[in-house]
Amino acid sequence: MTLLAERQAVHEHPEHHEGPTGLLKWMTSTDHKVIGMNYIVTSLVMFFLAGIMALGIRYQLLSPTGGTSLGKLSNQQFNELFTMHGSLMLYLFAGPFAFGGLANFILPLQVGAPDMAFPRLNALSYWLYLGGSITMVLGFLSAGGAAAFGWVGYAPLSEATFSPGAGPDLWILAIGMTGFSAIFTGVNLVTTTFYLRAPGLTMFRLPLFTWAMLITAILILIAFPILTAAMVMLFADRHFGTHIYTVAGGGVPVLYQNLFWFFGHPEVYILALPYFGIVSEIIPVFSRKPLFGYKGMVFATMAIAALSTGVWAHHMFTTGTVLLPFFSLLSLLIAVPTGIKFFNWIGTMWRGQISFHVPMLFCVGFLFAFLMGGLTGIMLASPPIDFATHDTYFVVAHFHQVLFGTAVFAGFAGLYYWYPKFTGRMLREALGKWHFWLMFIGFWLTFMPQYYVGLEGMPRRVATYDPGLGWQSWNIASSVGALLIGVSFVFLLVNLWVSWRQPVKAGDNPWDGNTLEWFATSPPSHHNFERLPPVRSERPVWDFHHPDALSLQHGTNGNGNGTRRPVGVGTASDDTTS
Amino acid sequence: MRIEALLLLGIAVFFGLVGIAYWFWSYEQGGTMMLVGTTLLGFVPGSYYLWWSHRMKPRPEDRTDATIEEGHGVIGSFPNSSIWPFVLGMGLFLVVLSLVFGLWLLAPGFALVLSALVGVTVESRRGGTV
Amino acid sequence: MTAPTTGSTGSGALRRHRGRLAVAVAVLLPVVLGGCQLPTFFGYRGSTSQAHDEFRLYAATFIAAIVVGVITATLILWSIIRYRRRSDAIPRQFQQHLGLELAYTIIPVVIVLVLFGFTVYTENIIDTVAPHPAAEINVKAFQWGWQFSYVGQKVSVEGETLNDPDPIGLNGAACAPTDDCLGPGLVVPAGRTVRIILTSRDTIHGFYVPAFNFSRYAQPGWTNRFDLTVQHAGIYRAQCTQFCGLYHSEMFFHVVALPMSQYQAWLSSQRSLTTAAARSGSGVSKPGTATTSPPREATA
Repeated sequence: MTLLAERQAVHEHPEHHEGPTGLLKWMTSTDHKVIGMNYIVTSLVMFFLAGIMALGIRYQLLSPTGGTSLGKLSNQQFNELFTMHGSLMLYLFAGPFAFGGLANFILPLQVGAPDMAFPRLNALSYWLYLGGSITMVLGFLSAGGAAAFGWVGYAPLSEATFSPGAGPDLWILAIGMTGFSAIFTGVNLVTTTFYLRAPGLTMFRLPLFTWAMLITAILILIAFPILTAAMVMLFADRHFGTHIYTVAGGGVPVLYQNLFWFFGHPEVYILALPYFGIVSEIIPVFSRKPLFGYKGMVFATMAIAALSTGVWAHHMFTTGTVLLPFFSLLSLLIAVPTGIKFFNWIGTMWRGQISFHVPMLFCVGFLFAFLMGGLTGIMLASPPIDFATHDTYFVVAHFHQVLFGTAVFAGFAGLYYWYPKFTGRMLREALGKWHFWLMFIGFWLTFMPQYYVGLEGMPRRVATYDPGLGWQSWNIASSVGALLIGVSFVFLLVNLWVSWRQPVKAGDNPWDGNTLEWFATSPPSHHNFERLPPVRSERPVWDFHHPDALSLQHGTNGNGNGTRRPVGVGTASDDTTS
Repeated sequence: MRIEALLLLGIAVFFGLVGIAYWFWSYEQGGTMMLVGTTLLGFVPGSYYLWWSHRMKPRPEDRTDATIEEGHGVIGSFPNSSIWPFVLGMGLFLVVLSLVFGLWLLAPGFALVLSALVGVTVESRRGGTV
Repeated sequence: MTAPTTGSTGSGALRRHRGRLAVAVAVLLPVVLGGCQLPTFFGYRGSTSQAHDEFRLYAATFIAAIVVGVITATLILWSIIRYRRRSDAIPRQFQQHLGLELAYTIIPVVIVLVLFGFTVYTENIIDTVAPHPAAEINVKAFQWGWQFSYVGQKVSVEGETLNDPDPIGLNGAACAPTDDCLGPGLVVPAGRTVRIILTSRDTIHGFYVPAFNFSRYAQPGWTNRFDLTVQHAGIYRAQCTQFCGLYHSEMFFHVVALPMSQYQAWLSSQRSLTTAAARSGSGVSKPGTATTSPPREATA
């Protein structure tokens, strides 16, 4: 008999197993797994909506004067499309998918907890997010149309004089709601990580995804309140007669930019760090080696988060109001911890036994996408280069490479990786590979031409462009790439459908994973764990299944597996032979 | 709780230093204020945790040699199902929409919010679902 | 298991990487010191002296990025090809190497600091405003056009592409009514330092001349001052880059650089036009009037 013990969560009522059923059960659920799935489904709907908008944008840019002989968009329609594409992707998909969806489901499992620390607050977060998402999309139904001033909504353009109507108001209110949703989730993530870990799971044994979510949660707490404040002030300017951002009343338009980007830059790292965490989970599992440089990764994540909060004005280099050297130095320095992460991922794969299941394929796609996106970011961190490229398609290509690399490549890597845990079923490998390759090819075809036309001088957020400059063929190539990306998702949808109609059972641990979520059933039972393995390293489940292949403690000097004292040899009560 | 405390205090120290540098070097106050706020965000909970971590024995999750048995027993209260988050969420949704679609929405909105706040409090006292 | 491939001591790894660093610096240094004629790396060498400085920094950074990118991409490719799963054997479970980790922490810091140094040097040149420019021009952006008034010259030019009575295209040719047209012209003397004093009447706009490798926001309630030293006479297309509403895509203008004598001649012709307009009681030059017809014989 094993000596694994159980961790119990208190049961409030003896009859709690006969709770509500059906729709009421879903509406009243406080289970992090249900809430996590809610977030994943809703955010993916937002992703597909925003993706269709992107196809609309790329359709318009097929010709310099707009569209094709089949028709073109009006300037107003185009402006709404790019505004809402960016807003849905950044506010409603990339963030919530990571911290509301994947983290909600996986983090309590990874720390060995029965649920999040505040289950009802967790549920509230989801309902606020759903309400906020509906609010933002409602803008399309308003008389003046949806917000049309870019996802950043700079004042004075977003003031009532220049952007009247309900669409912008709905946009502002939606951001307020989803902002609070994120803040509450941030509170939950920090508290769960600090207070609900399994015995032996010290901070420096946490999985990298958990570390990434913890640090992301702190960034959320730092950044989102500022965004809410900026939006409240914008709404007040629009409706309550204040002049915070308008010159006429003694206001300062650039204040909006400072506030917005103090949120905005941490925001893009809130959208990146969880996905770095996912990659740090997947690469070790599919290389069958521990993550190289665990502590370095943790400190690098902290450094990225810390630096990212100090670089907000690198989005404002061309305003002429910022302290250029301060912001360019800190922006350039972010390359260092990011580089450390890259080399650690390479070190993990080095001399491993890499199997290219679909999650690993998407991670490799991420590596290449983010490598180039990150390097162009270094170029943009230099003010003189930024003066030449700001607000051109060079920047558009840069941020799409990094955001797509993280939220899409790494995000879908996470979806393919944890889908068996969520549902107990496997996704089909062949369909997944079609998805990956079409998306990978489409991705490069979409964004490489954009770098070129950006350097040539094509500005962003333009519905038409100069016919005489030779930009059309590059734009056509980019649009074809976007179409390929769109088509690739058909394979995902078919895959999801097939996995439901003809399920293949996944089992608890289909990937031979390292971390505690692979010890629970698939899907996990009520309150997650009937039993837990001993935790003696950051890979408790791997150690449990491969006691002869524990991590080597000190570097690469040694004679092979197990001849040096491996990390985590426990006491007799840790006898794990079952 | 030591590492958690140090993480938060590290934030306070980093942003304190960056804030001071920014205050003296730049000609802009907004950024300084935001950096001060961030420093406090790390300092207040971080110092609290540090104070506590000196006064408590390491918990099982703070010790590398802890066994699963040490975590045996009741961990905490995890309300299983509750209608109140939904009610509160929808109430806040209506309150927010009232700013665009008409202040009359404040009535049903506040009604839902208030009943949810009452409901959650009663639920917590009684335990479990109402 | 086989012996480790990485240097068995930290200093060995450092030694190997130091070689690569030396190569990087050796390539960058002459570039930045302005020695060689580089490929453009898809950018513009630029038509102002400030643009040339920016181009040097851009080229140097581009080269550094290529070097780092190729090294990293090669390592990734190597890993995914060479270490494909060949058996069920569990590989050696190493997870750290202090020397290597220190190396790839310290070397990027050094590279970044070098880039930062070149950046500060370049941005100081670009942002420098000369004490006595040859011309000072107030540029006011508005939805969706531009106004250029010449300080101390009693000359003002204003126009919008959407509402341009005398539209011209690139190289002075006629333009299609959609997006080929250049919008109002900012006439400046070539080969001299020109001060631009930039602000906006309404929302934020972007003053962007691709060939000058330069852009700056025009903001209400704030004035940006910068210098442009256009090297050669010619026409340079430009447009608004900061999204400003419905007709942002059509907010074009262009810079016309003329030899000093032609510039002076243009100024006096503009002055007499303005005086004539004032005498006839119609006030300031009308939008579009004589804005886009600088002498067409300006050579590109």
